Amino acid sequence: MGRSTKKGPFVDERLLEKVDRAESSGAREPIRTWSRACTIVPEFIGKNFAIHNGKTFVKLYVTEDMVGHKLGEFAPTRTFRGHGGKGGKSSKK
Amino acid sequence: MPRILGVDIPHNKKTLFSLQYLYGIGPYLAQELCERTAIDPDKRAHELTEDDLAKLAKLLEDEYVVEGQLRRQVGQHIARLRDIGCFRGLRHRKGLPVRGQRTRTNARTRKGPRKTVAGKKGVKDMR
Repeated sequence: MGRSTKKGPFVDERLLEKVDRAESSGAREPIRTWSRACTIVPEFIGKNFAIHNGKTFVKLYVTEDMVGHKLGEFAPTRTFRGHGGKGGKSSKK
Repeated sequence: MPRILGVDIPHNKKTLFSLQYLYGIGPYLAQELCERTAIDPDKRAHELTEDDLAKLAKLLEDEYVVEGQLRRQVGQHIARLRDIGCFRGLRHRKGLPVRGQRTRTNARTRKGPRKTVAGKKGVKDMR
């Protein structure tokens, strides 16, 4: 079920502030964030993010196509390394 | 047998149902088409006149996305998800259910026929 239009998209305000600051200071390094639920808004385009996946930070360069998705969608929280040891095709990251 | 938009040949069912053999036309749109072209939905498809068919084809071409075009559109949407590397895209790539369904059991539609793993259940007994 989608979110009520009345509320508009959820954008973490503190994160947006961070983005603005990076924009004005021209900082290039990725913006660290834990705010996985934050919607990607057009202001984020062309910025680098480091999104927490519960363990480490996953780097993401935001492109136009990603607008409207959540940051968390790009930082998988689970790693599946395949079933079975020998005999089968072995694990890959 | 009548042809609409090239390839598709719905048969001698009522127009309302016959139209639904086109990709992208369901009960709702079939009804709407009948109303907008003033064709009796209960009329059999083979009884449609050339005129009726032309009207339907024109309407479908101008205002609706169906068949090949729709298939392409859907494919593009999925391709976009794959390209940006978001969660849904990853699920599409792996051929697993996209919308959070369980995969411990079921999910056969996406995963395809079962691949039995040898000795999975009775490994201990074999020693």
